[in-house]
Amino acid sequence: MSMNNQGRPTSAGAGGVAGMATISGDRGLDHEEPLIFELGHGAVGVDFPDIKVSDDRLGGLRRKDRIGLPGLSEPEVVRHYVRLSRMNYAIDSGLYPLGSCTMKHNPRLNEKIARLPGFGDLHPLAPRSVTQGALELISQLMNWLTTLTGMPAVAMSPKAGAHGELCGLLAIRAAIAARGETRKRILVPESAHGTNPATAAFAGFTVDEVPAKPNGHVDAQALKAKLAPDVAAIMLTNPNTCGLFEGEVKEIADAVHAAGAYFYCDGANFNAIAGKVRPGDLGVDAMHINLHKTFSTPHGGGGPGAGPVVLSERLAPFAPIPLLVADGKGLRLIEDVQAAPEGAKPFGRMCAFHGQMGMFVRALTYMISHGRDGVRQASEDAVLSANYILASLKDVMSAPFGDGPCMHEALFDDSFLEGTGVTTLDFAKAMIDEGYHPMTMYFPLVVHGAMLIEPTESESKASLDRFIHVLHTLATEARAKQTERFAGAPHLAPRRRLDETAAARKPVLRYKPAVSIKEAAE
Amino acid sequence: MRYLPLTPDDRRAMLARIGAADMDALFRDVPKAALAPLSAFDLPDTQGEMEVERALSKLAARNVAAGAAPFFCGAGAYKHHVPSAVDHLIQRSEFLTSYTPYQPEIAQGTLQYLFEFQSQVALLTGMEVANASLYDGSTATAEAVLMAQRITKRGKAILSGGLHPHYSETVETVAGLFGPIVRGAVTPGSTEDLAALIDEETACVVVQSPDVFGLIRNLRPVADAAHAKGALLIAVVTEVVSLGLLEPPGAQGADIVAAEGQSIGNGLNFGGPYVGLFATREKFLRQMPGRLCGETVDAEGRRGYVLTLSTREQHIRREKATSNICTNSGLCTLAFTIHLSLLGEVGLTRLARINHAKASALADRLSALPGVEIVTPAFFNEFTVKLPKPAAPLVEALAAKGVIAGVPASRLLPRDKSVESLLILAATETNSDEDFAALASALKEAL
Repeated sequence: MSMNNQGRPTSAGAGGVAGMATISGDRGLDHEEPLIFELGHGAVGVDFPDIKVSDDRLGGLRRKDRIGLPGLSEPEVVRHYVRLSRMNYAIDSGLYPLGSCTMKHNPRLNEKIARLPGFGDLHPLAPRSVTQGALELISQLMNWLTTLTGMPAVAMSPKAGAHGELCGLLAIRAAIAARGETRKRILVPESAHGTNPATAAFAGFTVDEVPAKPNGHVDAQALKAKLAPDVAAIMLTNPNTCGLFEGEVKEIADAVHAAGAYFYCDGANFNAIAGKVRPGDLGVDAMHINLHKTFSTPHGGGGPGAGPVVLSERLAPFAPIPLLVADGKGLRLIEDVQAAPEGAKPFGRMCAFHGQMGMFVRALTYMISHGRDGVRQASEDAVLSANYILASLKDVMSAPFGDGPCMHEALFDDSFLEGTGVTTLDFAKAMIDEGYHPMTMYFPLVVHGAMLIEPTESESKASLDRFIHVLHTLATEARAKQTERFAGAPHLAPRRRLDETAAARKPVLRYKPAVSIKEAAE
Repeated sequence: MRYLPLTPDDRRAMLARIGAADMDALFRDVPKAALAPLSAFDLPDTQGEMEVERALSKLAARNVAAGAAPFFCGAGAYKHHVPSAVDHLIQRSEFLTSYTPYQPEIAQGTLQYLFEFQSQVALLTGMEVANASLYDGSTATAEAVLMAQRITKRGKAILSGGLHPHYSETVETVAGLFGPIVRGAVTPGSTEDLAALIDEETACVVVQSPDVFGLIRNLRPVADAAHAKGALLIAVVTEVVSLGLLEPPGAQGADIVAAEGQSIGNGLNFGGPYVGLFATREKFLRQMPGRLCGETVDAEGRRGYVLTLSTREQHIRREKATSNICTNSGLCTLAFTIHLSLLGEVGLTRLARINHAKASALADRLSALPGVEIVTPAFFNEFTVKLPKPAAPLVEALAAKGVIAGVPASRLLPRDKSVESLLILAATETNSDEDFAALASALKEAL
């Protein structure tokens, strides 16, 4: 071991300290962190006076028992959550290639604008005269969304993609009812996101699966053969979850319309075509837009999202309240179904208030920053980067549809791992040891052991090259049956593989001081 | 464009590696007619950070923030002081820019706070289990009704007339597909006879407390009436700070609690994003919608957390899932959890008392005004007053004078003439005596 001039060792040394047990249980920057409940000791992190209140106006319902919340000071709470944060992977710290999830850069300007008091501290039921700027922002965002999609209308209130799907299907349901018809069946390709069939069932429809062709595209012939007077709609993702553009989309739409049904497009992958292709030109009747994917509102560890739904001329009248309209005094929300303007027949209400305003502000900030040229360039760069990965890895990883170009994500299956003993899961977990978040695994269901890689437009070429080098090497080693690093991976993360079976068999879903994890596991 | 790292040289080199002549070659599956030129989009081009900030700040400045005026709006969204640490912590990259924790080995931060969140929600509501959040209180209420319909295999849902009308409309839109939704009478300041509406077809009764007019309701009699007919009681809470002072729904016989968690940790945001709290009895666990985080151990026996019981969820069960929900309110749950951790038992209790004291002081003050009648006898931090004239125009008139006086009941029940002169007001720890004086004097003048 050599020393530098401060006397500090310059290498880890050969003493086998890597597996060394530490006194604290922490390991350098890796801290073990108890639950907040285990840290509480009766301190208080806020300064409020201790006042008494009478029972006179409490209806005899004053709380009798303690709640059971722990008490900590501010520095303790801050340290606790900072330490927790360090156990997370994030797009800000590395490439996050989750296919279909679109982990792109989240500009901080968007956060700043969303926190301006005029947006962040504005009450949803504040008087109309003091909310005109907010309504104008929503109006501008609606203009961007309808212009980019080539659709005439948009419903803003859905709170996430799946909520948008529900909104779209309820509009379709209402449109069918308005024609005096009943149609119960919805066609969903087998490659669809799980939310599609779940939403169809949630909206009271039955689900009929449409197979994929061996080339990864939906089987348009099979789809057309299923069209009948009881079919309400198809739900098609385009680009689809194999990362391919459904080139027959217009013919499919025409056939669907000829059968009296509607075309719902899952817009999860709109980020591949924004600024280049308008879904309205493809015969789409309804499509949700995940603002947290395409327009980069932060995923936040699983939300909040926002899922506005663009609607065709045929479905626009059925959009849910609230509706945004202009009159002589500026913008105004219509919040009552029966107060809807002439011709509008809102199907109801998706949620309280007017939708995910905080996400609207971020998304509009993103759009104005990019401009139409930037949005288009972002789509192109996302597609270019995915194809670069596909082209660079398909010699060692099996790309079932790799003969042609992909859109914004590259799909591989596990046939390159055949006979190696390494599974898709092992391969993905080995990526964690290399400092990467794994790709989407085992989805879509149409290929075996799927690995779906979406780099987004946010990576530099150097970053992509480094990622490709790591995956190429992993694949090469696996195929050569050098499988040590795969067995039981990850080895270097804050946790090794977690026992999900035990978690589900005897669920421990909250802190309970009396029950230890050991007893719970037994 | 400042967010795009690829240079023109990079793009050329990458196309060469791919073996594509140009970008069009990558979009070859798109029908030619469907490729729109840039000019087809009537939208502006790229702008720098400074220009964007300038334009959007102008829009923000056209609104009056709650903190910029004497302010009394509630009715499902509440102005509270959120400690500075909350917003700083939730903006840490590792929280803000991470995905749903599907890879638990590198998402223990998210998973552990979800576990803490679930624990806090269960404790606050007095229930046995809570999920990792839904979108907001209204959608949580709709999910609760759907869950009750599944559990009881009955269709009918009875909604109290004191349930926030937006919540009622959301339930009607979503759960109305699976059974009749019956609304109880609207009785500001008192309770309607819900027991009379419950029959053998009833899946659930939905009661909000404090209700939309601020009234604290005793849930026990409704719970007993519902249970006697085999129906469930769904308790709704739109102001969770009230649980620091009031008996939790779990202690009053609720089977499911659906609540809006915005008050703790989250700003008003003109209505969203908020955070839906959802808690129930352990025996109903497998019918619960939404994500759940559970404790387990890793391969070395160390405690860790994972998403669990996902066989209820859409990505596994597809059309047989308990809900179609995928994304939840991740970052808003974190804000909730951090704020509640800062408050702790003592802080939340004190905060709740202060809220009640403020509202009581405001009620005393307003009841001294001629023609103003307090409609709500028992309340937490929100109550309803009857005015001698319609409330909606009055609220706009006061806004013009710089006082945001509250929510006219007619905004929520536009077709109910009987509520035309009712004004719903909330007072929280953020209101000062000066605010009260400003409101009282402006009201007096306007009446």
